[in-house]
Amino acid sequence: MGRALAVIIWILTLGSVSLFFIKKWWFPTAISEHAAALDQQFLLTIIVVGISFIAAQVGLGYMVWKYRDRGQTERALYSHGSNRLEVVWTIVTAVIFIGLAVMGQSVWASLHFNKAPAGSFPIEVVAQQFQWNFHYTGRDGVFGRTDPGLIDDSALNFIGLDETDPNAKDDAVHSVIAVPSGRPVELILRSKDVIHNFWVPQLRFKQDLVPGMAIRVHFTANKPGKYELACAELCGQLHFKMRSFMLVLPEDEHQALMGLPQDQFQTRMTELLAKYPLPANN
Amino acid sequence: MSVETHGAVHRHEPPTGFIRKYIFSLDHKVIGIQYIILALVAVLVGMTMSVLMRMNLSWPGTNWPILGTLFPGGAPDGMMTPEFYLSLVTMHGTIMVFFVLTTAPQGGFGNYFLPIQIGAEDMAFPVLNMLSFWVTLVGFIVILAAIFFSGAESTVGPIGGWTAYAPLSALPNSGPGQGMGMNLWIISIAIFCIGSLLGALNFITTLLNMRTRGMSLMRMPLTCWAWFTTAVLALLSFPVLLGGGILLLLDRVAGTSFFIPGGLYVSGVLAGTSPNFPPHTGGSPILWQHLFWFFGHPEVYIAILPGMGATSHILSTFARKPIFGYRAMVFAIFAIGLLGFFVWGHHMFISGMSPYSAMTFSILTLSIGVPSAVKTFNWLGTLWGAKIRFHTPMLFAIGFVSLFVAGGITGLVLGQTSLDLPMHDTYFVTAHFHLVMGVASIFGMFAATYFWFPKMFGRFMHEGLGKLHFWVTFVGVYCIFVPMHTMGMVGMPRRFAQFTEYEFLASLHPLVMFVSIAAILTVLVQILFYFNLVWSIFKGKKAGDNPWEATTLEWVTSSPPPHDNFAGVLPTVYRGPYEFAVPGATHDYVMQTEPEPGEQPAGVSGNGHNGHKH
Amino acid sequence: MATTVTSTKPRSRSGFGGGPKSPRPNGNGSHERNGQSFTPEFSAGRYRIGMWVALAAILMMFTALTSAYIVRSASSNDWQPLTMPGILLISTALIVLSSGTLETARRKLKESAPGAHKRWLLITVLLGLGFLASQLLAWRQLVRQGIYVSSNPHSSFFYLLTATHGVHLFGGLVALIYLALRTRSSNDDRLAVAKGQAAADAVTLYWHFMDVLWIYLFILLFYWR
Repeated sequence: MGRALAVIIWILTLGSVSLFFIKKWWFPTAISEHAAALDQQFLLTIIVVGISFIAAQVGLGYMVWKYRDRGQTERALYSHGSNRLEVVWTIVTAVIFIGLAVMGQSVWASLHFNKAPAGSFPIEVVAQQFQWNFHYTGRDGVFGRTDPGLIDDSALNFIGLDETDPNAKDDAVHSVIAVPSGRPVELILRSKDVIHNFWVPQLRFKQDLVPGMAIRVHFTANKPGKYELACAELCGQLHFKMRSFMLVLPEDEHQALMGLPQDQFQTRMTELLAKYPLPANN
Repeated sequence: MSVETHGAVHRHEPPTGFIRKYIFSLDHKVIGIQYIILALVAVLVGMTMSVLMRMNLSWPGTNWPILGTLFPGGAPDGMMTPEFYLSLVTMHGTIMVFFVLTTAPQGGFGNYFLPIQIGAEDMAFPVLNMLSFWVTLVGFIVILAAIFFSGAESTVGPIGGWTAYAPLSALPNSGPGQGMGMNLWIISIAIFCIGSLLGALNFITTLLNMRTRGMSLMRMPLTCWAWFTTAVLALLSFPVLLGGGILLLLDRVAGTSFFIPGGLYVSGVLAGTSPNFPPHTGGSPILWQHLFWFFGHPEVYIAILPGMGATSHILSTFARKPIFGYRAMVFAIFAIGLLGFFVWGHHMFISGMSPYSAMTFSILTLSIGVPSAVKTFNWLGTLWGAKIRFHTPMLFAIGFVSLFVAGGITGLVLGQTSLDLPMHDTYFVTAHFHLVMGVASIFGMFAATYFWFPKMFGRFMHEGLGKLHFWVTFVGVYCIFVPMHTMGMVGMPRRFAQFTEYEFLASLHPLVMFVSIAAILTVLVQILFYFNLVWSIFKGKKAGDNPWEATTLEWVTSSPPPHDNFAGVLPTVYRGPYEFAVPGATHDYVMQTEPEPGEQPAGVSGNGHNGHKH
Repeated sequence: MATTVTSTKPRSRSGFGGGPKSPRPNGNGSHERNGQSFTPEFSAGRYRIGMWVALAAILMMFTALTSAYIVRSASSNDWQPLTMPGILLISTALIVLSSGTLETARRKLKESAPGAHKRWLLITVLLGLGFLASQLLAWRQLVRQGIYVSSNPHSSFFYLLTATHGVHLFGGLVALIYLALRTRSSNDDRLAVAKGQAAADAVTLYWHFMDVLWIYLFILLFYWR
């Protein structure tokens, strides 16, 4: 029984580890500047995790195999432990674990401890149940005034844009987010109703959109293409369908798009969505 | 209660009426079994829901005529609606966390064995004990009502996950699943809080006040330490959830704005412009998350600590070897309990909370891995040089160690602020917490069931069936939950009713199918366990008072124990709890009640526990 | 079972904070002590520990509500502090007074004066009822001004905290009445006496806690910000 259990534990360990090792299912190729460091940190962590996992399971299997009751007359080892060992493994694990935690802060700090760099491209994101609205400044670089009192979904004014505000004249609102490649983007995240979450797997980035708050985050995407955007915080009935796209466009293409008046903006966006295919599945 | 006098054996006779004996019983053993039965019913409901969810995820859009018959609202024509799926998610989580993982380990086994293991006749407050069970049962009935009384809506219950994030849960008009069912959900949780608090009060008082002669703290079995720490966690965390629940309910029914900010536009209506949608202002959705997770994180330790205690207890017994590092184990339990109160923010890294406090929470979170690792090392140390007997309880205890490592270790990934960015709310999280707080805890409970069943009913559970149950379940849970990690890495979000909408999820379909099939098989095997339980009560092989040759006080008394546990003569304790393989002793185990040869109890010297002499 | 096993339960006097000292490792209640027969403090300790533990839970709940109060008051500009209803001063005076009368009642029980004990208990109950009535009047005063639960966050918290405290205090009243009814039992039964004393101690502790809690809430609601 002991040997069977040891073998099963080892087989399960091998199976679990190989699922990660074959990399058939892995992160999608990253498209953001912070992703490289993040993937690096993940790799380091998963190696530490993997080694600890293998060591613990192989050790467990070994104990189970070796120290099974074979009907021998001698008793088990009479030992109550070892203070030295306790101290050693407490210190070793503390150093490794806390070390990982500290190292894991660097990407976080670069994204969250600094304001968006000057010259970032601003986009206001207004989420609502099962739909994304992205508010672009247009040519003037200034957002038009919005007011919840002006929101009227039936009139397609999803974000409550004040049409009388001169700054709003060239603003565009679209369900797809188009960001420039290689230039920092600042998102101002809002929600009209419940909590949503902005989640593009390739971006390695996620942030809640909390009603009543305007959360500012920034990142830099650097691989042109079309990517799927999902909501990753339970927001109600059709949460699973709250899908849109993120277009990462070469700077000039993006700039041209943002210079267009509203009606042409919409058509151009449709063209661009058709132009860029989704990344091939791995 | 009667007075004990020196020298005389003083018995407490059990009540004779059926109702006082089995229904409204004050006997902690009966109450413990009542809790276990409640958990067994609840876990059946929760498991059935998980199978339904897996069916929907693997074969979306399929017609299941039987579903249409059972849930005409949730699955019209047998096709599951997304809101039905989401209410299953909510109910599965709530029932499992509250009514299974909190009741069975603590209310069930803790109630039954804590007083016996410390040599007490009963809990400190038997009436409170009875109340705590009945209050909990009412909570369960209310949560079941939440499934079926959701008004005119076409769902089967509330939608919010077990975390019920506001303002989704605070706004009755924010879609299906936010009506009466959500009110009942909150009420059920509040009732549950009260029941758990009564229980925790009883556990703490009993342990502090009612230990028998010689049962110093450091001579207690590790199970008692685990139940005690669990009770302290429950005592300090449930009131916070209760407070938060009251605020949430007021937001829903009284028009207050604790968690609801101003200027909301929900389902086509602006706040304040309709009588059904009061003009909320200024509430903080994140406040709910803080209150919830201040409770929620200790709650996961409430679920797993008793399993850890049982595992230590059983590992030592079947390894025929003293537990390795008893004192370190006690400190580790304490450290986990203490740190458990300071890490709640790791659930909220991406919630909009201050990124600086996220950093602090992250470091504290990875620190909690240290005592967890210490426990694992000590379990391995216990097996080192052992003479292991592979009975079913031991298999499950070893399974616990394996699963605890497998599930716990990915906490190193999730606890890091940066890595939470891609991982948050994906299946990686689902895999992590199911393995560690779900399956590992349940393995602890399986081990406890097979281990203590002979004491509770005087008969063994069927060993062959038990082993079959173990093998399939052990392999099954690995097959279910390990692939979920990779799903999470690809980016599969939690709480999606279907994965059909996204192309980047398409490649995961074979894994989804594999997991579902593994889950269904694993769930089916649990029928064996239920059968084994019932069959063994009547037909199991008879067990003696100490069938496993164990050392602690529950094995001193008869099987099952008499109404007053020790037939009126409380035992005296002379040594630590895990004295196996003592050189020179007659047997390879020395009971806690066994005095040194020729020694009087008052003359026992020593430092309170015999451990730590290597 | 071995003959050395006796039926004496551990003797644990209440130590710090009402908690028991852990029994000494060589077995509490050695043979010499067994001559003093059973130990009435045993039950007393149980009630006291139980009460302290219960108070810890109640304290946690009010801590949670307090932190919600602080966060909420800082999170938005819709916070409009109420002017304190004057009658709350009377509430405060009543509950402070009731703590004193209950303490007297407890002492009377210790001095084996059950009659006086009961009289003081009754006075305490009346003062407690007076407190609740005065709280209700404060609510009415606010309602007459048109201030309801949902009017603004401060009023929400005011109603919530006073109601939660009131419910707890009502529980205390029930316990007081229970105490008054149970002190009838004769003086001969030492265990019953000890239990009665312990119950009185526990209820008194609870009541004092409710008193201090009210003063704290009062300050939080009207003098903090």
